[in-house]
Amino acid sequence: MALLQISEPGQAPDPHQRRIAVGIDLGTTHSLVAAMRNGVAECLPDGEGHVILPSAVRYLENDGRQIGRAALAAQAQDPQNTLVSVKRFMGRAVADIANRDQLPYVLVDKPGMLAIQTRVGEKSPVEVSAEILATLRFRAEDTFNDDLYGAVITVPAYFDDAQRQATKDAAQLAGINVLRLINEPTAAAIAYGLDQASEGVYAVYDLGGGTFDISILRLTRGVFEVLATGGDSALGGDDYDRALVDWVQAQTGCAITTPADKSNVLVAARACKEALSAAGSATFDVTLSSGTLSHTVTRTEFEAATAALTQRTLSAVRKALRDAKLSKDDIQGVVMVGGSTRMPHVQQAVADLLGCAPLNNLNPDEVVALGAAIQANQLAGNNPDGELLLLDVIPLSLGIETMGGLVERIVPRNQTIPTAMAQDFTTYQDGQTALALHVVQGERDMVADCRSLARFELRGIPPMAAGAARIRVTFTVDADGMVSVSAVEQLSGVAANITVKPSYGLSDDQIAAMLQDSFKTAEQDIKARALVEARVDADRMWLATQSALQADGDLLSAEDRARIDGLMAATLDAKKLEDAAAIEAITEALAKGTEAFAAQRMNRGIQHALAGQNIENI
Amino acid sequence: MTVAVAVNRSVFKARPDVSEPALPLSAQLAVSDFELFGVPVQFAQDRAQLDARWKDLQREAHPDKFASQGAAAQRVAMQWSVRINEAYQRLKDPMRRAAYLCELGGAPIQSENNTAMPAAFLMQQMEWREAMDEAADVAALEALHDDVQQAHITALQQCAQLIDTAHDLPAAAQQVRRLMFIEKFLRDVEARIDHLDAS
Repeated sequence: MALLQISEPGQAPDPHQRRIAVGIDLGTTHSLVAAMRNGVAECLPDGEGHVILPSAVRYLENDGRQIGRAALAAQAQDPQNTLVSVKRFMGRAVADIANRDQLPYVLVDKPGMLAIQTRVGEKSPVEVSAEILATLRFRAEDTFNDDLYGAVITVPAYFDDAQRQATKDAAQLAGINVLRLINEPTAAAIAYGLDQASEGVYAVYDLGGGTFDISILRLTRGVFEVLATGGDSALGGDDYDRALVDWVQAQTGCAITTPADKSNVLVAARACKEALSAAGSATFDVTLSSGTLSHTVTRTEFEAATAALTQRTLSAVRKALRDAKLSKDDIQGVVMVGGSTRMPHVQQAVADLLGCAPLNNLNPDEVVALGAAIQANQLAGNNPDGELLLLDVIPLSLGIETMGGLVERIVPRNQTIPTAMAQDFTTYQDGQTALALHVVQGERDMVADCRSLARFELRGIPPMAAGAARIRVTFTVDADGMVSVSAVEQLSGVAANITVKPSYGLSDDQIAAMLQDSFKTAEQDIKARALVEARVDADRMWLATQSALQADGDLLSAEDRARIDGLMAATLDAKKLEDAAAIEAITEALAKGTEAFAAQRMNRGIQHALAGQNIENI
Repeated sequence: MTVAVAVNRSVFKARPDVSEPALPLSAQLAVSDFELFGVPVQFAQDRAQLDARWKDLQREAHPDKFASQGAAAQRVAMQWSVRINEAYQRLKDPMRRAAYLCELGGAPIQSENNTAMPAAFLMQQMEWREAMDEAADVAALEALHDDVQQAHITALQQCAQLIDTAHDLPAAAQQVRRLMFIEKFLRDVEARIDHLDAS
């Protein structure tokens, strides 16, 4: 739908102005921001011409910080305050982190998520990620000399709800309006599909710094339909580095003791691994507290040391094929994404398994951000005739804990989102008035083996005989893959109250405290920003309603039209207020007051989709 | 406070195989899956047409299309998109489509109350279970999977005949119950393959 000219210039932003919308690849080892420029998606460089921002944040004395290259350069001298690969900690507790004794950090268990001890106190992975996101936001705003309208942020397809929520929280801290979270392999497919005008079934094999995804997609006329997805959100290039360290240590017996040692061997392993992608052998050079070490590693030795990791990715590929009910002969091509797919033995293993040559003609580091930029541009309304449609899936099943610690599955994995599914439960004691519900995500049968997402208490059930209550638990998964759960007692019609205690993720209070904190250091005023955001939201809602009226105003009665006009005028007036909450309330009134109109418009759209179809048989 | 208890399903789950729509539906949202997709109310369906219709409908209704159009439009789009996905899942899956037709036609599946199966079918089930327990590798499991898949196809063909030609919905419902057993077993075999492949 095209945005149309507004009748009263000066009272609302120029609707023809292009909205600045970007795609952000928030990666384990590096991050990028891309945008559409002159009809083409491009990664945006920083002032020095680098498009890649190393995902590294160093905390200095006096609240200062270094981000990206500068932080990485200081890693050897200040390992404990230079945080890298924090994506692996998003939405996780200390006990979830494998090989944590090899990390140079002090990890602390906190409610909702672990934190990392630094010289300026404990830092949540969300805060560290927000620093990286804010850096990319400023880069985009400097590039276009304009405020950012919104961003599509990519996440590994195999990220669970806690990890997705943590990513959204980080964006909120960085002051970014998230248009959508999309899955990294899907973003890569967009960049490839639109670039090559491909049709058919493709696999995307995405081995990044810390995560692995495999997605099987069908591409038809701008529709990207994910058939199945799988992976491992704790398997990536970092693990190849660690396996190489282990191998070198076993060969040489070198002692790795201090945090600096731990950090230095990982840096050395990465350099050695990268050299081995181009040469048959390379040296592993590192300075340890006990002295210097130089050890030659051949490609064959490296491949043997990491073969088990590659095998893990291949078994995930086979599982995704089974989930999609396809054989390898159905796959027309496999797109290689992520820097770790530069390793020749990974390329070879994937080619051998799927029987087709990997597609790697786009830069594997950039392709995810490029795809996200294309989607962002469309979501922002800059490309009204765009044909792009993503039909993605939920990667992991959702369920409820039942008696004996078993999982009752409600939403199976690989369901197309958005989706909503429900199941009925009951009480098992006479007169029971409350029910505790434990929401979990994962494929295993035992609750203890799945990820705990939230605990609910359903209160206010009228006393009834055991088994008489009928409590419908509904899981809703939105287009971002985010889960919400509600529970209602059906028979009594009594609306029972629910309290949610997320087992993972940060609470609203924690986020608010972090926001306060970041504004203290950034010398900005939280109220001022809330006011600006409320006004921007009011603008968005006003513009959206205006364009809806232009397109489908004929659906409304004169009375309804007058009511909506009144709400719109109130919204315009509200922008002059200095109170963010008041502006939000008036904007929400407009949203609520146009809901019936939105439903009418949707009916018209559906009729349009079916128009011309043979409906005699209905 | 007690832990949640999965209900004794025979009492509480009207359609244990079919998760119910959960969002409040407007009158237009409440039409049958067939009507929503504009296809004939019958078992035989053209899968390519269902796929195409699904995409056409999602092109109109997907929340992405309304990302810049405010909260009200987002909520409505979410409802429609969920409803369209639900209908598509049910229409494209032959067993669920057959179950849905039986229910629309007044012959509910009632799989939890009605577990009576012909003796020959139960024998067959036991043989399959034994074969699965004895299978030592992925190849043996895949061979078993192929056999069961064949039985699945045969049962579906009988379903098609009973619904579209004989119009015998109670008999079709019995066939659907049989299919539910077969599909449950196929999922068990697949889980075993996943397990062997990952270890």
